[in-house]
Amino acid sequence: MVWVNDIIQGILVGGLYALFACGLSLMFGVMKVVNLAHGDLAVIGGYVAVGVITVTHIPVLWSFVIVVPLMAVLGYVLQRTVIQAALDRSVLTTLLVTFGLSVVIENGLLQFVNANSHSLGVDNAIITGAFSIGSQISIAYLLLLIFAVAVVVLLGLQYYLSRSRYGRLIRAVADDKEAAQLSGIDYRHVFGIAAAIAFGTVALAGIAYGMYSQFAPTTGTDTILLFAFAAVVIGGLGSLWGTLLGGVILGVAQAIGAQISGSDEFLAGYIVFLAVLVLRPQGLIARRAQS
Amino acid sequence: MSEPILEVRDLTVHHGQLRALDRISLRVSPGEVYAIIGANGAGKSTLLRTIAGLHHPTEGSIRYDGKDVTRVRPERRATSGIAMVPEGRRLFPSLSVEENLQVGATYARPGPWTIERVYEMFPWMRDRRNQAGAQLSGGEQQSVAIGRALVANPRVLLLDELSLGLAPVVVQRIYGMLPQILATGLTVLLVEQDVSQALRVASHLQCLLEGRTTLEGKPADVTPEQVEAAYFGLPGGERGGGQPPRTQGGSGGDRSPRDEREA
Repeated sequence: MVWVNDIIQGILVGGLYALFACGLSLMFGVMKVVNLAHGDLAVIGGYVAVGVITVTHIPVLWSFVIVVPLMAVLGYVLQRTVIQAALDRSVLTTLLVTFGLSVVIENGLLQFVNANSHSLGVDNAIITGAFSIGSQISIAYLLLLIFAVAVVVLLGLQYYLSRSRYGRLIRAVADDKEAAQLSGIDYRHVFGIAAAIAFGTVALAGIAYGMYSQFAPTTGTDTILLFAFAAVVIGGLGSLWGTLLGGVILGVAQAIGAQISGSDEFLAGYIVFLAVLVLRPQGLIARRAQS
Repeated sequence: MSEPILEVRDLTVHHGQLRALDRISLRVSPGEVYAIIGANGAGKSTLLRTIAGLHHPTEGSIRYDGKDVTRVRPERRATSGIAMVPEGRRLFPSLSVEENLQVGATYARPGPWTIERVYEMFPWMRDRRNQAGAQLSGGEQQSVAIGRALVANPRVLLLDELSLGLAPVVVQRIYGMLPQILATGLTVLLVEQDVSQALRVASHLQCLLEGRTTLEGKPADVTPEQVEAAYFGLPGGERGGGQPPRTQGGSGGDRSPRDEREA
């Protein structure tokens, strides 16, 4: 029964990882930008939430209503300025630029906030509670909520990309931005919208992470970015549901690793990650075949 | 002669060190089918892509509808009425046929072309509208690419190598649609390696060789020998870009010189 509990916990944490990963996957899928600052953006989302809560006294659970739009705007602006400027040079330049962004964000946070850990304490008794199945399985409502949010976000993203007008333009631009230009589409604007979505989802993930655990200025690169990368690679680049699957597999591997030995928690996750890279480099759910 | 809807003056384009176009000029009148022919590497596609805004000229100007658009972004040119069917079709592979057309219609100008009208012109497309572009044959993809350009309701349609990689019978069928397209008041500027096809449909002809104009005139006024000489750069038939033969009136373009050549 201990194993069953571990697997359930792993699956639920996987939802959080998927929430981290989907924006990373979207930005790579649409503009071929590997955003090395992705984890730091989640942390920024967390700090912005701390600030917003301090100033406005809105409940932690509702902080996303303000934080997500703020981060989306930041995403649009950063994409239209520094990231686009890097893209105009070469795709490799975007690696340097987003790495630079990551360094700037991290050190900026160390400078202006401090190195202490923060968390977003939820004071809602229902959310902080847990329910038990049998004697061994205990499920925290918070994790269940985060998992549900991840599924809803992925469903929403899927629906938006496949059904909405802008979703169609995002897919068209991802396929062939020159052909899109010939149809009158300003791909830079569409890139900006994709970045806004990616930043919005990662902000949400940052808030969720802050409620589940705690973050410090360096959490973005030493934890979140790596987990997001692992989830994307395991699941398959460009596939939203692959991202969820990747997150869940990573979460389960970590939970089982932790059960075997506390220090093996992350090791187990990375072993799965490497195994997928070696055996199935396109990921478990490969992106639709390219023509 | 009416005011040109599209006018290119002394256009020079470089690809790195290579001079792909060397002071090319052309005037396209409304309602015309203006054909640019030439062998591989003559600069035809570069010319069309520069007119669409995908390459930046080093010198020269492009005027559309009386306005200088030389520095205008490609997407702005498209929304102002210059649509292009790019070489190799370039459908969005992960989008369905209908979605491809919808993308083309996103920023459409008002006009006669709708997705419905494209379906009327190509009835098979309606039945297969939910298929991915990648599942279609080359000729079908070309038809969708033309439809995607038409639904934007352009005033000038740029067609880049429609015949490329298609069976002759398919090429015939696609070019057979041209009268229907022209009937809605469009102007067509097309690029072709297939000289006989271009001569059949064109009201005006311009031949490029290594980025320069070697022959220009109405198809009725040029002889097959001249075309051959201009196409391959043989001595004798060359007329230079200077004073091309022009005739007045008449609906030239009926006479098609013998089909031949193609490297």
